[in-house]
Amino acid sequence: MSKKLSSHFERNDSPLKTVLIYLILLIFVFIAIYPLLNVLSVSLRPNDSLFLTTLEIVPDNWSLENYRKALFEKDLLLWIRNSLLISTLTALTGLSLSASAGYAFSRFRFFGKKTAMLLFLVTQMFPAPMLLLPMFIMLTKLGLINNFFGLLIPYTATAVPFTVWLMKGYFDTIPKSLEESAYIDGCNSFKAFYKVILPLATPALAISALFGFMSAWSEYIVAQIILRKSSMLTLPVGLVQLQMDFTAEWGVYSAAAIITTIPVVILFVALSKYLVGGLTLGGVKG
Amino acid sequence: MATLVKKLKTINKPKPESQLVNKWTPAFYMLPAMFVMLSMVLYPFGFGVWLSFTNMSLTKFFNPDFIWFRNYLRLFQDGVIFSTFLRTIIWTFTNVFFHVTIGLFLALLLNRKLPGKSILRVLLIIPWAVPQYISALTWRSMFNYVYGAINIALKMVGLNPINWLSDPTMTFIGAILANIWLGFPFMMMIALGGLQSIDKSLYEAADIDGATSLQKLKNITLPLLKPVMTPAIILGTVWTFNQINVIILIAGGFGNEKTQILVTEVYRLAFNFYRYGYAAAYSVVIFLMLLVFSLIYIRNTGIMKELD
Repeated sequence: MSKKLSSHFERNDSPLKTVLIYLILLIFVFIAIYPLLNVLSVSLRPNDSLFLTTLEIVPDNWSLENYRKALFEKDLLLWIRNSLLISTLTALTGLSLSASAGYAFSRFRFFGKKTAMLLFLVTQMFPAPMLLLPMFIMLTKLGLINNFFGLLIPYTATAVPFTVWLMKGYFDTIPKSLEESAYIDGCNSFKAFYKVILPLATPALAISALFGFMSAWSEYIVAQIILRKSSMLTLPVGLVQLQMDFTAEWGVYSAAAIITTIPVVILFVALSKYLVGGLTLGGVKG
Repeated sequence: MATLVKKLKTINKPKPESQLVNKWTPAFYMLPAMFVMLSMVLYPFGFGVWLSFTNMSLTKFFNPDFIWFRNYLRLFQDGVIFSTFLRTIIWTFTNVFFHVTIGLFLALLLNRKLPGKSILRVLLIIPWAVPQYISALTWRSMFNYVYGAINIALKMVGLNPINWLSDPTMTFIGAILANIWLGFPFMMMIALGGLQSIDKSLYEAADIDGATSLQKLKNITLPLLKPVMTPAIILGTVWTFNQINVIILIAGGFGNEKTQILVTEVYRLAFNFYRYGYAAAYSVVIFLMLLVFSLIYIRNTGIMKELD
């Protein structure tokens, strides 16, 4: 019995050490999830007991009133629709750009390749506000303020550098001989890429699309500058406005935040392995 | 049969690859992405540099004057940038230090046989998974003087509540706390990935030699983690330096001068005070700082050699 039990733990750990490790981990787990639990707790409070000074998570008289209000009395559904639209567009645009650029980086040697790859990497280091102001003035002059297209271009530009590196890394693992046989079968370069290579890269394509989607889904600063009309607001801008009205709408904001966060968290946790893989690939391999 | 015939025909009359892939093919694949990057990164960058030599503002939006280096001169005469720079150093160093130490510590604990550790790991990356703006807003509400969870907890252990949101210094400290919370899971995951790639036999050999666990940590684990952690730390440093959401949202809008770091100060100058030219000069100075840092990074990691 004891032999079987000990095979689940490190050989040399004393029971006391194991308990201590669990204890430390649980404390950090508590710190990691407490803020979300706090939001959950506020979202379940009915309006007459919104301002409690206790730390219990589920109030005795909990209700889903705030969720109903967030969905049907506030503009949450509108914001979700706007965010879905812009995030999907970002994902698709970013995907097509990064798949083709990543393919070029993986398969061809051409003039300025090193510079271009470095350009993609260096953009990750640019301070956002440095580009934000010129971009804002540029978009104002083009009349793209309050326009989803004005949001789509900067969003794509922020998502693409990472996904280009990700796609390049994945294409590198697909043998070149596949295209060569496609050429023999009479395909031209684009057809070989489109018909043969892309279907094989589906996992990387999915990760890239989701990365683009999630980065647009959670972006606040740029959207806050470009979208001014209340019918155009995306989720982050709308939620921030709700939260700033702290006294009146705390419960409704919390319900909206939970509705927004849970799907993203689930998606993220499922994908985290690949994201870390992509990041370390970009970091370690260059 | 038909396909075989077709194949034979193409073999008889093979198109050389050079005809299918010529020197313009890469351009065909690269152009769309390059267009977006150039229009959204390089052009705004050049435009920003030009802007920093003008006095563009809300009233001078369409007819700015070219004033050469006056913005830069005023920037250093005002002198606020020095204290903001110092605050940025504190911000970046404190955050990255705790991200790495907490992340590494948790990764070491998780990298052993431990029933249920995959659930613990999933719960520990939640701060990274929650959208940043929601985390920041949540921390803001937890910093509320009367109803915030942190002050309630402080009172329960008999301490005085803290004026998190009205005292600029405390707001800054609060933002650091929130950002440490936000960033440790990333370092944890990177460190965990690195730890799993270390060959177990190294530890067995060390055991035979009678090494203590501290010696194993110092002589095996940390040196072998270094190549994985260095790029992550550099990336984390740049991210933290450029972190704008947390401070803006916790301070609730543009906030006080004393809670700003460099990037949030640019944001404030541009979108609160509408001093476009001055803000552009400010951001050029920040860019030069980051450029120096990036050059050191590129040289030290030998990234250029890997780009083939």
